[in-house]
Amino acid sequence: MSERDASKEASQSFRVPGMGSIDTTRTITFTFDGRIYEGHPGDTLASALLANGVRLVGRSFKYHRPRGILSAGSEEPNALVELRTGNRREPNTKATTVELYDGLEASSQNRWPSLAFDVLSINQLAGSVLSAGFYYKTFMWPAAFWEKLYEPVIRRAAGLGRAASEADPDSYDKVTAHCDVLVIGGGPAGLAAALSAASAGARVIIADENPELGGRCLAEKRTIDEMPSAVWAKHAQEKLRSTNEVRVLTRTTVFGVYDGRTYGALERVSDHLPVPPQHQPRQRLWRIIAKRVVLASGATERPMVFGENDRPGVMLAGAVRTYINRFGVVPGRHAAVFANNDDAITTIADIQRAGAEVVAYVDSRKELSPAVLAVLSEAGVDAILGGHVESTTGTRHITGATVRTADGEIRNLPCDLIAMSGGWNPNLQLATHLNARPHWNETIAAFVPSALPPGMAVAGAANGLLTLAEALASGAQLGIEAAHEAGRPAVEARSYSTTPEASSIAPLWRVPETKGKAFVDFQHDVTTDDVVLAHREGFAAVEHLKRYTTLGMGTDQGKTSNVNALAIMAALTESTIPAVGTTTARPPYTPVAIGALGGAHRGRDFKPERLPPSYKWAREQGAVFTQAGLWLRPQYFPRPGERDWQETVFREVDTTRNAVGICDVSTLGKIDVQGRDAIKFLESIYINNWGSLAVGRARYGVMLREDGMVLDDGTTARLGEHHFLMTTTTGNAAKVLQHLEFCRQCLWPDLDVQLAPVTDQWAQFSMAGPKSRDLLRKIVDSEFDISDAAFPYMAAGEVAICGGLKARLFRLSFSGERAYEIAVPSRYGDALIRRLMTATEEFDGTAYGTEAMGVMRIEKGHLGAAEMNGTTTAYDLGLGRMMSDRKDFIGRTLGSRSGLMDPDRPRLVGLRPINPKHKISAGAHLLPQKAHRTAANDEGHVTSAAFSPILGHTIALGLLKRGPERVGEIVGVCDPVRGRDILAKVVSPEFFDPSGEKLRG
Amino acid sequence: MTTNDRYSIFSILRQAWRGNTGWKPVWRDVAPKPAYDVVIVGGGGHGLATAYYLASQYGRRRIAVVEKGWIGSGNVGRNTTIIRSNYLLPGNVPFYELSMKLWEGLEQDINYNAMVSQRGVLNLYHSDAQRDAYARRGNAMRLHGVDAELLDAAKVRRLVPFLDFENARFPIRGGLLQRRGGTVRHDAVAWGYARAADRLGVDIIQNCEVIGIRVDGGRAMGLDTSRGYIGARQIGVSVAGSSSRVAAMAGLRLPIESHVLQAFVSEAVKPFVGGVVTFGAGHFYISQSDKGGLVFGGDIDGYNSYAQRGNLPVMEDVCEGGMALMPRLGRVRMLRQWGGLVDMSMDGSPIIDRTPVEGLYLNAGWCYGGFKATPAAGLCFAHLLSCDEPHDVARGYRLDRFATGHAIDEKGMGPYPNLH
Repeated sequence: MSERDASKEASQSFRVPGMGSIDTTRTITFTFDGRIYEGHPGDTLASALLANGVRLVGRSFKYHRPRGILSAGSEEPNALVELRTGNRREPNTKATTVELYDGLEASSQNRWPSLAFDVLSINQLAGSVLSAGFYYKTFMWPAAFWEKLYEPVIRRAAGLGRAASEADPDSYDKVTAHCDVLVIGGGPAGLAAALSAASAGARVIIADENPELGGRCLAEKRTIDEMPSAVWAKHAQEKLRSTNEVRVLTRTTVFGVYDGRTYGALERVSDHLPVPPQHQPRQRLWRIIAKRVVLASGATERPMVFGENDRPGVMLAGAVRTYINRFGVVPGRHAAVFANNDDAITTIADIQRAGAEVVAYVDSRKELSPAVLAVLSEAGVDAILGGHVESTTGTRHITGATVRTADGEIRNLPCDLIAMSGGWNPNLQLATHLNARPHWNETIAAFVPSALPPGMAVAGAANGLLTLAEALASGAQLGIEAAHEAGRPAVEARSYSTTPEASSIAPLWRVPETKGKAFVDFQHDVTTDDVVLAHREGFAAVEHLKRYTTLGMGTDQGKTSNVNALAIMAALTESTIPAVGTTTARPPYTPVAIGALGGAHRGRDFKPERLPPSYKWAREQGAVFTQAGLWLRPQYFPRPGERDWQETVFREVDTTRNAVGICDVSTLGKIDVQGRDAIKFLESIYINNWGSLAVGRARYGVMLREDGMVLDDGTTARLGEHHFLMTTTTGNAAKVLQHLEFCRQCLWPDLDVQLAPVTDQWAQFSMAGPKSRDLLRKIVDSEFDISDAAFPYMAAGEVAICGGLKARLFRLSFSGERAYEIAVPSRYGDALIRRLMTATEEFDGTAYGTEAMGVMRIEKGHLGAAEMNGTTTAYDLGLGRMMSDRKDFIGRTLGSRSGLMDPDRPRLVGLRPINPKHKISAGAHLLPQKAHRTAANDEGHVTSAAFSPILGHTIALGLLKRGPERVGEIVGVCDPVRGRDILAKVVSPEFFDPSGEKLRG
Repeated sequence: MTTNDRYSIFSILRQAWRGNTGWKPVWRDVAPKPAYDVVIVGGGGHGLATAYYLASQYGRRRIAVVEKGWIGSGNVGRNTTIIRSNYLLPGNVPFYELSMKLWEGLEQDINYNAMVSQRGVLNLYHSDAQRDAYARRGNAMRLHGVDAELLDAAKVRRLVPFLDFENARFPIRGGLLQRRGGTVRHDAVAWGYARAADRLGVDIIQNCEVIGIRVDGGRAMGLDTSRGYIGARQIGVSVAGSSSRVAAMAGLRLPIESHVLQAFVSEAVKPFVGGVVTFGAGHFYISQSDKGGLVFGGDIDGYNSYAQRGNLPVMEDVCEGGMALMPRLGRVRMLRQWGGLVDMSMDGSPIIDRTPVEGLYLNAGWCYGGFKATPAAGLCFAHLLSCDEPHDVARGYRLDRFATGHAIDEKGMGPYPNLH
């Protein structure tokens, strides 16, 4: 037997045999703070801890006060634990929502050194100093101490639990679903609504955050149609599960309402298991698009605000009933009940039935209805009417309640449990997610939904209908209506019989005289004094109150605190509650794991990979790849014996310049342009003329944005009278298509022109270098004449290769050499690259990657993305002369604004270092040679740079103020972030073959 | 400000001794007077800062700030609290650096702890092209006397070891770090400026919605509000996402579109993210507040809207970026999601200028970057209102720059507000 087993508790002494609806025949074990306990399947961690008599579960955020379990649901502010361990550790997990599984491990958090003895609980001694917002008033002197001293101390104390320190090992799914009627909440109202809607034939989704449908049917001792409510709920759930077109989503929280009737929901698929089974996600994100919605999210009980009301052992009355009736756990042996409403009365009988004593029933109301009085008298409890619990006693657990009677007498009642009820707040958060304001209902002293998101109706307690009979009736009716509005036949709503219940309330927002701190927000330690202080300092608007005191900002999102605080503020400002403000909620209803929202998009699957047609072959060659947007492109092809990437790139450039090099250029954007007005369209898109372009020829073109800046460049070939193929740069393929479509659809809808993106349809390879035609001859079928006479520079046409495969051939060059590009349908790309590489062997050719391509394009002064950066005009880039003055084109008008015609604008130049050993890097700035290195003297920057193997030194392109006028001048190349400052000579951007002899052959 | 009003550890102890009963309202709750010299429309960070600097730096009196709801209810309380001056263009760097300097002295200036925390802002790069772009930016900053460091992957890893360096779709290659960047407690900026302005006699009028601007003979005369007419010799409009609606009351059409930008905060966890980290291969940035909440955000929703709420697709997109960068976030829960209205301009840069209506001035077009600009925007707007000419560092922020071709386009995206 291990050491741990020795510490096993005398097990489950608070479990009441014969009560509750969970399976007590099986026993499972779990640990809390290292101690081993027993519980049953169906327990929550909270119910199992209570069954074992564990009351102290956590520590509060600011004062580190001992805290127990307040609630039995997702509104829990106190009982937060770190669940699981290692890379599955989940901080701030509400013990009240954790389903117990065998071997569960949980620990308390935000305490040091231990839960029972927490050093920072000393904070509460300084409570009046650490009042709301105290930190805004101090820690200001001296200024430098904030980052060095004050803030580090604050950050050490900050936070609740610890996030895992490794990657989340589990996976997450996403689903999109459509339905006629979405029912949110599976309590009595939701069940009635779903049954109704299903009976009308509607496609229904019903979602509930619990493992089973039933809601408070499972927690209360009530009858529906002569059945115990829990049994009725079980039958209802079975019926729904067996109905076609009804989807029951348990363990699923609808967390947000979005535009377009979209609802976000989180299904906790595997959180009730030790680890997700293989191939099963931990959680699933549902995007539900619902024609109609019945919101049946129930209500949340309000705490009473009295002195020391945060001690472990003070619990919501409804939660006490839940633990007794659903889990068969009695949370104390000697209970006081403190309430201001009739609903709490049933708690007495439940506690007594569980074999515990009710030491007193304290009600702030002086007068109760005869029916309620009869219940009290039947129960035989000491009823203190018109009285208040003022304070509690105890240290880590309550030992008694201090009660003031209506006569002012003080009575000390020994007890270990206070069941409190301040009334119920409808769970209307989802009704307010689209910014609708709720309405104050005096009768139930709570906000109810008013304006609603489109298609939503609210049933039962969520709409302020707090009795079971009302919940069932409203649910049944709204389910029918929702189905009908969604296009299903109208049917009659069925009715349900229930036992009568009383439900009156006289609100008590805070006990008038209290001793000790009276907490409004438990998690963030916001007390009535803090609300008073906020009021005193002018933070009376509800949002100011929340932000100043941090009320409602905790992981419970203020479910138990917001309305109480609002009411206290209303009393302070002597106005009504709705006048102080309403509480609208922001999504999510309960916190959602970031992993679930991210889904599968993480690690290598963050974004798809686009693979060029030669990818497989390039991998086999050992190519090194680089990211170009989503594309993976070969950067260079190292060969055995090459020392580094530079040597490889030199070889690739050298071979291309002297023999032949092959490069996959399939990633360039390709847009098929067809139609009788295609030429007119191109004339309006490009700055240069297109009318004279013959069929079978290609031309370089530049297009501008509407504001006159260069958008993209590329060649467009005329394949037929009304058929063009446009190429774009790799990076701008999508943007250019978008631009063209906008122009076609919005600016010139009358033009007869159609566009089709065909980038993925073609594998295209460039063959560059003096031997490129010889290489081409090896694969182009012999009947095609590719002599310079028949196929000159800028020719384009269809050929057949490799014995009959149709291909497109273009004579284009990016590298400045004689070059061709050949395109075949993508599926032949792999075969073609292999054929080409075999054919190239006799010429000692090479494949080259983006790095060599970059070198050669800079040598040639061709533009890249760094030059066409969205802030350069055609004039800036030396393309001014291309702009036709005989036509209008996109960008012409705005391009002629004075600011863009300013001769002082930086313009394209070439740069070479004065000392050939010096390196120029892109991103360096250009300043006059001897000028002081400040922004006032900044005259431009280096856009692209590379080492030119032919020239034996770095070459660069840059944008320099009045650049072309300054050729021959020496400028400073200033690169402080890389610690360099050198001199360079301004030269023409064409470093290699400026006359273009090599190009034309 | 009398000694008694000053905030300090001593005032806290003194008040604590008296049961905290002696604290006074942080700003007075006042009803509007019939007329003012200057009325600032919009009680956000910018409006309140403007009022404060008008009174403190330019000696102006008879100033009011009118706010539709409660002060700080707009973007000053809806942002991700980041401050930085890591800009590229000469039209921007000096302005944002002035703002940074004002942040650095803010607490002493206004005697309110807004928790200006210079824990650093790190922009990651994932490609050579991004590296070069950041080098260009870092160099521009350095030439302007702003701190900037270009880090390689190893240095980034030492600084922020909690990112995914092993299995990333877009491996981290390095980053541009501005150590003086950081975060500020956003609400406190509004409250602190409000308190300081109030002490100098500025009337802060809440729940006072402007419903009309009276213009007579090309001159603005005053404001019709939900609390009656308020005469004004000068009107400064500083209403972020509502700029186009308010300007329309004076017959103006602005080069601005309103968009939704979402922000998110997680449950509080023990701090492990020191400064601000921006993902260069997706729309995602993150920091951790002094309370422990991870504050993060991403791209704008992308469609024009006046609704202060966002939708699921962008929320998912942001979390995808988060998981790609920090896969340990998987089990951390997102606590709240909200939307702010951002006034996206045609070039992504702001406007602080006169308008064609005499006496009506505009501070707008802050896109998603208005928070960090708060002190300088306030100061420059106050300068414009007082001197009738732009402040030196805001000379580029003219309304007519789109007509003259002097756009200040940091991203090079062109006149598409949703792309900036």
